[in-house]
Amino acid sequence: MAGMGGGNLRVLGGRPEGVTSLHVDDDLETRSRIVVVGNGMAGARFVEEVLDRGGDGQFCITVLGDEPHGNYNRIMLSPVLAGESHEDEIVLNSHDWYADNGVTLRAGVRAERIDTAAKQVHADDGSVTPYDHLVLATGSYSFVPPMNGVRRDDGSLLPGVYGFRTIDETRAMLEATGRCRRAVVMGGGLLGLEAARALQGHGLQVELVHAMPWLMNAQLDAEAGAILKRSVESLGITVHLDVLASEVLGAEHVEGVVLKDGRRLDCDLLVVAAGVRPHTDVAVRSGLEVERAIVVDDQLRTDDPDVYAIGECAQHRGSVYGLVAPAWEHAKVLADVLTGTDPDAEYTGSRTATKLKVAGVDVAVMGVSTPERDDDEFLVISEPKRGVHLSVVIRDDKLVGATLLGDTRKVAFLTQAFDRGAPLPEERIRLLVDLSDGAAEVGVAEMPADSQVCNCNGVSKGDICGAVADGCGSVGAVMDRTRAGKGCGSCKSLVKQIVEWAADGEVTEDASASWYVPGIPLAKPELMAAIREQDLRSVSAVFAALAPGGKEDAKSKMGLTSLLKLIWGADFVPQKDGEFINDRVHANIQRDGTFSVVPQMKGGVTTPAQLRRIADVAEKYEVPMVKVTGGQRIDLLGVRKEDLPAMWSDLGMPSGYAYGKSMRTVKTCVGSDFCRFGLDDSTQLGIDLETRFQGIESPAKIKMAVVGCPRNCAEAYVKDVGVVAVGSGKWEVYVGGAAGATVRKGDLLATVSSAQEVMTLTGRFLQYYRENANWLERTYDFVPRVGLEAIRAVLADDAACADLDAGIQRSIDAYTDPWGQDLAEPATPGQFRPSLPLIDLPKVPVR
Amino acid sequence: MSLTDELAPTGTERTPTEHTVGRLDEIPMGEGRAYVVGGVQVAVFRLRDGSLHATQAACPHAGGPLADGQTDVDVLVCPLHLYAYRWSDGSAISGAAPIRLFPVREQDGDLVVTV
Ligand code: SRM
Ligand SMILES: Cc1cc2nc3c(=O)[nH]c(=O)nc-3n(C[C@H](O)[C@H](O)[C@H](O)COP(=O)(O)OP(=O)(O)OC[C@H]3O[C@@H](n4cnc5c(N)ncnc54)[C@H](O)[C@@H]3O)c2cc1C
Ligand code: SF4
Ligand code: FES
Repeated sequence: MAGMGGGNLRVLGGRPEGVTSLHVDDDLETRSRIVVVGNGMAGARFVEEVLDRGGDGQFCITVLGDEPHGNYNRIMLSPVLAGESHEDEIVLNSHDWYADNGVTLRAGVRAERIDTAAKQVHADDGSVTPYDHLVLATGSYSFVPPMNGVRRDDGSLLPGVYGFRTIDETRAMLEATGRCRRAVVMGGGLLGLEAARALQGHGLQVELVHAMPWLMNAQLDAEAGAILKRSVESLGITVHLDVLASEVLGAEHVEGVVLKDGRRLDCDLLVVAAGVRPHTDVAVRSGLEVERAIVVDDQLRTDDPDVYAIGECAQHRGSVYGLVAPAWEHAKVLADVLTGTDPDAEYTGSRTATKLKVAGVDVAVMGVSTPERDDDEFLVISEPKRGVHLSVVIRDDKLVGATLLGDTRKVAFLTQAFDRGAPLPEERIRLLVDLSDGAAEVGVAEMPADSQVCNCNGVSKGDICGAVADGCGSVGAVMDRTRAGKGCGSCKSLVKQIVEWAADGEVTEDASASWYVPGIPLAKPELMAAIREQDLRSVSAVFAALAPGGKEDAKSKMGLTSLLKLIWGADFVPQKDGEFINDRVHANIQRDGTFSVVPQMKGGVTTPAQLRRIADVAEKYEVPMVKVTGGQRIDLLGVRKEDLPAMWSDLGMPSGYAYGKSMRTVKTCVGSDFCRFGLDDSTQLGIDLETRFQGIESPAKIKMAVVGCPRNCAEAYVKDVGVVAVGSGKWEVYVGGAAGATVRKGDLLATVSSAQEVMTLTGRFLQYYRENANWLERTYDFVPRVGLEAIRAVLADDAACADLDAGIQRSIDAYTDPWGQDLAEPATPGQFRPSLPLIDLPKVPVR
Repeated sequence: MSLTDELAPTGTERTPTEHTVGRLDEIPMGEGRAYVVGGVQVAVFRLRDGSLHATQAACPHAGGPLADGQTDVDVLVCPLHLYAYRWSDGSAISGAAPIRLFPVREQDGDLVVTV
């Protein structure tokens, strides 16, 4: 498919040299002739629509396109520039497709003038093409505002300055990213933002200059625009608003831009995305009516009855569109009209919706952004701190506009309501937020009694109601009785609603809800203060001093052990009975009472020698299953408790802590040492993180990942701490991500300039989380609960950071490999004795 | 057949007998250890208040190793699905099937269980 065009430029969707398609002699052609000028998204779609309607029997079609390529998906130039898509993936119709469908494509040929009287198109290759029907689909070009120095004497752009409209411009920019370090993007609309983020992904330092007072001013109101600005800045892109660039510096190549207010921004790459202008020159030269674009009626006809215009070059009822959806609607209506499928088909205008394709910033907008009539309903939810701004405009019970910024979970429903006029919920707020989740949408009252609420523990609505009827007066009591909500926890809110409904408002607030552990009536900060003040170093000492009546509580022990380790580090006095069985034997208990052994494999990197040892151990101890885990290491499952120490000894590897409420793994990708896209050494940073934070106990498990570029092969965006290389030594640190029972993309905490800073920042975040999270609260709940801003504020406070650094260091210093320690001598008598002595284990299947 | 069916003590066919199963100091404070007593496996716990408790070793729910559980003066919590059983009468907090308890005492540093 990769034919060569003129020079050495590769033709996208090209045709191999020497392949020709047969043409019937013009004189024998009885079909009428359609000529399409412009082989972009509208022109090519129009041809497809005609063919779909069987139009090839009626028409012989010729397409003139001044790009040498086949037809490609222009929208996808953003991901191509970002390096997320390859250009071959965005071809819509290759040269072959045209040939196979009997359509003549004259690629690389530019139409110059139409002789509407003679019905002929004159092109820059000297050709004259007769037509019966002519379709103009010339689209738009990037508008370059007048600035001193932006063009050279011959009118071409100064080297280093690019528009962002075509694959050729995109290729040129991609090539430039290799040698450029600083980019200025002019224009804070969709295109400018997408270009800025894409360039940043290649490691360039990016500044964005926007002439209007807020970003995406065409789609957003001022308030939403301001929130968007903060989100964009938090990605590390500098934004300059309300200012024009007046001069471009550099004689041979761009060196910077000067703003109207006198500021100078240095750059070696300048992208102009300051709006588009319809290509109307051909129409003007041909005497067609042109205002902002080529004026058409409801059948897309210009003032000449045989000339039509579609796509971005058309102006219909005063509107000119810059999106693909209207262009495709034009193509359909015109195909209906010309093929006679529906000679009365009319186009009456489009309702437009668009999404910003920028990783890290979610924006979806449709229709109007603000109310326009007195009786328009307008609902806004604005949470600037979280970067969330949601609004809807409703007219006559129909959705006429929606803006979703920072949270696009409702976009699917809203798009449906917008496109199809679907009925809207009575409570308008439900358009923007889920007032409840899952099955609760149906309404708790309507749920049948036998419907399963807690899938983990098989608890039905009826069971929950039964517990309430039996006198359980609080949500906690019902959960204790039925075990509902005690599995993965995802049904908790539904359980709560059912309890409230069943108790008819008679629910007592669980006082214990704010306690850190159920057995001690103190919230975490007070509990920590009391432990420090009274110098309590063991779990039993805490119960004696702080529990009512000094009474122990089995279910509080594990949380207290974790907290004491956090507070005292090496000075903690361990008591095995304060630990869960997993921590007592440093392995994960399984359904038959056997355990799993997961050796540490930092960053997922292993060696042949290590693998050989693991293989030997697996054979020697007849391990029922050896499995590669989702955490990039190897699990030996179904091991008898009494075999654990000997296996550890034979392995000679430290524990991977796959059992603890602690730092588990750091997944990595192969990064810059091997991967052709790698921007930095993600593997080494992952190993370093795992080395530094190995075994650190915490309120819940902590999983990390480091990736060498935003392709995110090791899933860093969905980890408790995820680190993404963005080039030039910079790393993005995301926190609060999850891809377990809950799926959540992490929040960008900061972009830092060295691996060392990643280590420091991670340590501070971990310590802050350890000190402030509730027992068993994963970061994906913790981060949204306390808010990213609160965490950032702490990290900006030097004194607080010094405390965090000292705190995490105390725990790091206290680290010892538990396997190495306990294999020599058991920590307690009978630590590894069988607990089911008469049962021949393993009972798990042997693979 | 579940682990529980296989090994639950039947208790009906024999007259209860005292058995010395091991030494008290084999059980760390607050923990449990499992023994075989007259062909029956039993989990013995030594609480921090000095009291001793003995129960069937396999959890009636799904055969979990109760000796690996965590405990306090009121309850024993199974490590597999965290069902809690009362020391007072062996009943489950959740209303599930109860555990069977056995008398246990210390005599000259020996653990004596009646099965
Ligand atoms: C072995 C492994 C599955 C595998 O075969 O690959 C695994 C096995 C278990 N996972 Fe997992 N998880 C494993 C990777 C994951 C991952 C993927 C990852 O780490 O990248 C996730 C999603 C990420 C996350 O943690 O959110 C994951 C989310 C969970 C969850 C849901 C946590 C949540 O809050 O959403 C649980 C349940 C829990 O923690 O309460 C869980 C719990 C478990 C437990 C420990 C169940 C338990 O409490 O006993 C399983 C132990 C099986 C056994 O008998 O050993 N496992 N588990 C993986 C070990 C990874 C490792 O090397 O350490
Ligand atoms: C980077 C980028 C991202 C975008 N993202 C989105 C998005 O997310 N959503 C969305 O809806 N829209 C998006 N758009 C806009 C969308 O691509 C356009 O709305 C769409 O391409 C318009 O189709 P068109 O056929 O009218 O114009 P074009 O696709 O531009 O096609 C016009 C074609 O005509 C050719 N031509 C012009 N003059 C002549 C002549 N005289 N002779 C011969 N050929 C000529 C041009 O070279 C071009 O190939 C994006 C655009 C860009 C550049
Ligand atoms: S994430 Fe890593 S492996 Fe994946 S493409 Fe980027 S550098 Fe390569
Ligand atoms: S096996 Fe004991 S609670 Fe399930």
